[in-house]
Amino acid sequence: MQQTNKLRPFFENLEFEREDNHMVINFGPQHPSAHGQLRLILELDGEQIVRAVPDIGYLHRGMEKMAENMIYNEFLPTTDRMDYIAATSNNYGFALAVERLLGIEDKVPRRAKVIRTMLLEINRIISHLFWLATHALDVGAMSVFLYCFREREFAMDLMEDYCGARLTHSAVRIGGVPLDLPDGWLGALAKFVNELPSNIKDYEDLLTENRIWRMRLEGVGVIDADLARSWGCTGPILRATGIEYDIRKEEPYELYDELEFDIPVTNTGDSYGRYKLYMEEMRQSARILQQLIAMYDETEPELMAHVPQYISAPKEDIMTQNYSLMQHFVLVTQGMRPPVGEVYVPTESPKGELGFYINSQGEPYPYRLKVRAPSFWHCGILQDILPGSYIADVVTIIGNTNIVFGEIDR
Amino acid sequence: MMRPYTPKDNVQKKAYYTDRFWVAPRIPEEPVPEGSDYAEDVAAVKKACKVLNAYIQRGQLVIYVNSEDNVTALKALKEERGYDMLSELSAVDFLAERGGFEVFYQLLNLNAARRLRVKCFVEENHAVESVNPLYRSADWAEREMWDLMGVKVNNHPYLKRLIMPDDWEGHPLRKTYPLEGDEFAQWYEVDKIFGKEARDIIGPENRDPGRIDRYDTERFARLGHEVPRGAPAEMVDKAEETPISYQEEEGVFLIQKLSAENSKVLDKRR
Repeated sequence: MQQTNKLRPFFENLEFEREDNHMVINFGPQHPSAHGQLRLILELDGEQIVRAVPDIGYLHRGMEKMAENMIYNEFLPTTDRMDYIAATSNNYGFALAVERLLGIEDKVPRRAKVIRTMLLEINRIISHLFWLATHALDVGAMSVFLYCFREREFAMDLMEDYCGARLTHSAVRIGGVPLDLPDGWLGALAKFVNELPSNIKDYEDLLTENRIWRMRLEGVGVIDADLARSWGCTGPILRATGIEYDIRKEEPYELYDELEFDIPVTNTGDSYGRYKLYMEEMRQSARILQQLIAMYDETEPELMAHVPQYISAPKEDIMTQNYSLMQHFVLVTQGMRPPVGEVYVPTESPKGELGFYINSQGEPYPYRLKVRAPSFWHCGILQDILPGSYIADVVTIIGNTNIVFGEIDR
Repeated sequence: MMRPYTPKDNVQKKAYYTDRFWVAPRIPEEPVPEGSDYAEDVAAVKKACKVLNAYIQRGQLVIYVNSEDNVTALKALKEERGYDMLSELSAVDFLAERGGFEVFYQLLNLNAARRLRVKCFVEENHAVESVNPLYRSADWAEREMWDLMGVKVNNHPYLKRLIMPDDWEGHPLRKTYPLEGDEFAQWYEVDKIFGKEARDIIGPENRDPGRIDRYDTERFARLGHEVPRGAPAEMVDKAEETPISYQEEEGVFLIQKLSAENSKVLDKRR
């Protein structure tokens, strides 16, 4: 037994000097291709992986603990830091969970819903572009990285014009959105959305039939339907196994039941199939955004739900009416008090099912908040899919599962 | 003077004022409608084990079972009712009120797009049986539950801390664990790198590498109030304001003042 408290590497259940020819190597936690702070302990037989033990927790910030010590509105900016690639998806997932806890889901004004759905889809595109860029870079395609980041930059400009932030947006509030769209924003969005499909085609021209890309991705990291179901895989990983399950379609929230879009599915289960899904999902997001632009003009200019018990009145009321000001004061200093009960609310984040379980005991602080982050399970499955593959494919598989450590460790 | 009473069994933040007459409303727990799919789910669990309570809250079915029946209940739901995905599993700390944890299993039926939650109550120092043979996703979720809440899981293949370091003491998500960490947590790095005996030498003020001393002239430049590096703390307050100018008159050619009329402002990117 080694001394654990003397900063020497400590591997439980691992023997380094063995009779067989297996080698144990340590991958990460500081590895550029680990997409965050992932440490993998790999046992190799030649170049083949025999055993893989993912080790996480290097980015643990105790968000669930923090949530128990914050009022609901206070916690919302913290959710940005979970999946920081698509921050609005987390904001929205949390806001929706609290709205369902309060029972005010259907009181959110329609304009707020349109804006929220737009932001969600822009974030999906941002996230998918980021995934493609870094994944292609991992596999060796440098130029795709540059092209994708160019496009992502334009999408982030849209987010910046809307809420002022590029990465941690906090662009959604419990009960609506804080701001209306700025002037000319819809035009910029329309331009971006119209150009996106041709850009996606450029990436596909570079990659889809690329010999190296196909060799590196086809048949690598295969996850079959049973394994995906059993491991709780969601999002593109689940849909690449032939199971057509998208929460936007199956359990629609926001405006997704009014919008026309398709859910791409493939049954290859490998990295290449997932790559194809991501490309098609970006196209579908562009299609959704085009419909939303048309929907925006028909809505009334109201942005926050009118529920004075839980949500502060509009600024005009606060400045003119005494009672609104009093309520606002109480809501800011003490926070809203949701009814006693619990909810579990799933949403389809770019990476899969992002769920928030909130247990409220009628206090302004959540009694327990549990985040069901998709990457957590997509990282756990590595211990089952890595054995049998080769050391050169590790980076492909990690990159392809689209894990982000902000939400794994939370 | 008496110290104000602070409960030790729940050290999380409390509302600083609650009206005496405040009664928190409850989300209604609706009965399961006859003949619905949820009623069949409850019937399937009832056939396999004892159901303590079943109700619908905010559109999702909640089934309460005894903690020793968790595997039986989930097995019935998986094999007979098609709940083939365990999307979440964790515990809620009710040690102060009821002396135990509520463990919940959030299930999903992919074909019918139906979700339900199986819950059971586990007393402190009791263990639940692992559902890992039914759902692989329980592997990490149970490890996390053990790590952060301290709920033991029987027959787990590799029950080891997942998020916190292996040699951690305590379970951070318990209500008795303060937000800023207990003594062990606060001294963890110092103990590990220098040993416990170094605590007195280092002292609580240098324990945290992220701590900022506003009079530290070694590590921080004080913008607009510059003093020589390493100057004593008294000097910092007395230091006069040192105005910053970015362009010297007759200065270097390339560093020029911005003139609005000669510069072009792009109204759009690209």
